Amino acid sequence: MSAQNKSTGLAEALNGGAGGAPLSRKSESLWADAARRLLRNRAAILGGVIVILLLLTAIFAPFIAPRTFAEQVLVDNNVVPSWVPRVFPSMRDYARISGDYLLGADYVGRDLFSRIIYGTRISLTVALIGPLISLLIGVTFGSISGYFGGRVDNLMMRIVDVLYGFPGLLFIILLMAFFRGTLSQPEPGTFAYTMSEIDRRMGGMFFIFIGIGLTAWETMARLTRGQVLSVREKEFIEAAHTIGAGNLRIMFRHILPNIVGPLVVSETLTIPSYISTEAFLSFIGLGVNPPTPSWGAMISDGSAVVRSYPNQTIFPALALAITMFAFNFLGDGLRDALDPRLRGTQ
Amino acid sequence: MGRYIVRRLLWMLVVLLALSAITFFLMHAVPGGPFDREKALPPEIIANLEQRYHLDEPLLQQYARYLYDVFIPHLSRTPPGRSLMDDHLININLRVGGLWLKWMNFGPSYHSLSRTVNDIFRQQLPISAQLGTMALCVALIIGVPMGIMAALKQNTIFDYVGMSVAIFGVSVPVIILGPILVWIFGVELRWLPVTGWGASPPYILGFLPRPSVEFFRYAAMPSVALGLGSSAIIARLTRASLLQVIREDYIRTARAKGLAERVVIVRHALKNSLIPVVTILGPMFAALVTGTFVTETIFGIPGMGRYFVTSITNRDYPVIMGTILLYAVFLVVANLVVDIVYAYLDPRIRYT
Repeated sequence: MSAQNKSTGLAEALNGGAGGAPLSRKSESLWADAARRLLRNRAAILGGVIVILLLLTAIFAPFIAPRTFAEQVLVDNNVVPSWVPRVFPSMRDYARISGDYLLGADYVGRDLFSRIIYGTRISLTVALIGPLISLLIGVTFGSISGYFGGRVDNLMMRIVDVLYGFPGLLFIILLMAFFRGTLSQPEPGTFAYTMSEIDRRMGGMFFIFIGIGLTAWETMARLTRGQVLSVREKEFIEAAHTIGAGNLRIMFRHILPNIVGPLVVSETLTIPSYISTEAFLSFIGLGVNPPTPSWGAMISDGSAVVRSYPNQTIFPALALAITMFAFNFLGDGLRDALDPRLRGTQ
Repeated sequence: MGRYIVRRLLWMLVVLLALSAITFFLMHAVPGGPFDREKALPPEIIANLEQRYHLDEPLLQQYARYLYDVFIPHLSRTPPGRSLMDDHLININLRVGGLWLKWMNFGPSYHSLSRTVNDIFRQQLPISAQLGTMALCVALIIGVPMGIMAALKQNTIFDYVGMSVAIFGVSVPVIILGPILVWIFGVELRWLPVTGWGASPPYILGFLPRPSVEFFRYAAMPSVALGLGSSAIIARLTRASLLQVIREDYIRTARAKGLAERVVIVRHALKNSLIPVVTILGPMFAALVTGTFVTETIFGIPGMGRYFVTSITNRDYPVIMGTILLYAVFLVVANLVVDIVYAYLDPRIRYT
């Protein structure tokens, strides 16, 4: 990290940046500095590119996938394309070859490739909505608790403490079981009916969001509270009070913009855990409703026949692994880029 | 310290009670019941079954009955038999007037007829515990040395390779790694058995298997699949914390007084750098415990996880309650132990 490297890096960033920026500028804003360092991190760039590709795949799934995710051709069950037995030599003796499927078909003759493509939608939705819900509840709860302090703070943090003692995944499993009453239909017109109707329309994703949202916000609430506490006593907040700004205005205009960085980074780092939670729930059969394709459910179906048709579990597993890699790389890169201790370095 | 532990134990009791109440009322609030079938049973039979299992009583009464059966030890004149309704985990013969002290009756299973929840605990729990312990060993044996190596040789090939392996480990949870391992070592190479478990009772100390090649052949893949993710977290944490400790003044002092590098690292740096690693063991244990559900499914291991998951879809109330409480006790106790070890390792921490 020599001084020379640093200055050339700065010059490059300025040249590559928006034209007209004065070269004599010495200090950069936090975000420009962070963006520059993020762009220098090759792993993070790779992660970001993969995430964008996955997003495009999810949006344009109907155009990419050759079939729909639910189309069954029963006579084609477990067929594989000719290249698969070369990669998986154990199935050479009994595999039925068919050129119609890029990665093979599953036990009821559904195209694996199309299902993996559509599965992107589930994982990415969870990756986007999960943090959103957790931020929404956690930041609201945490900032109220931190801002008002005193007895309110004490009470609210005790609530978080009790919830924190709960084993998170067990709680999600319970909630999911609660939401999916087996073999029973709620009466039309009731609240439960409306909820399960929304869930059914979304292929079973709605309850996953609620389950994740209800269990994932505690860490965020604690973090927000700590950050608010550290900003609350600053002079500029006092100044805002003296000119008569209301509580809401101070919270949204003065405090939140100052603490949003660490919150976003911490949330980005937990995205892989939301993805794997969804996969886990679908794996144990409490996730999305069949035939909605989730990678977790596909791995679960496939691992039942892993000895005969390993392709049915390996391919969705790889898709899940690549997604997790991408979000991990991106999250790590973001964290390093926004770490104030690393400011000004490469 | 003693007061702190007592307070934590009381707090633990509160959490367990709250969890049991939430579980109980949630699972009863779901429409439908444990005796729903595709082909509906005659109402008289359902009524009889509900009467037998006290499901016809008011909910609060049922909950009170459950709490009494599980939490409160009671005296009884009948010796512990094999009756389904009267199967306690702990039976002590008081040798006074033929009295027995009985404690922790988790009730019968509604679906595995002729088995009680305690039967499931006795037979399946040791297997899950073996799997979890093996995975923890794998996590520590791979993670700690890898982290130390990466920190001591910072910015060399060791560091880069180690940290790449770590990010790989974090990104492949057991539901990805499990099937891939099965395919490579079980299906293509045929080195290791694909399903099953290589230990059977009697166990040493209640859960430790007699060590045998057979046991390790069966346990190798599941424990690596389950433990690798945790080992990656441990490696990253060990590296970060050791890097920080090495730059402390007291390490420079140790070097300045002429200690060998080995002694400096092992005696002075390692002990302090492992403190953050100890704190992560609590949450990590939780991840391992819940990870066993999936691991047991993938590798066909006859442990607790399968029962827990199927009990939820079957609405097998006593099994749901029993397993949730059991897992919760594990997790809460693990966190307590971690906090105590933490205070022991770092003299600056004092609990009051």
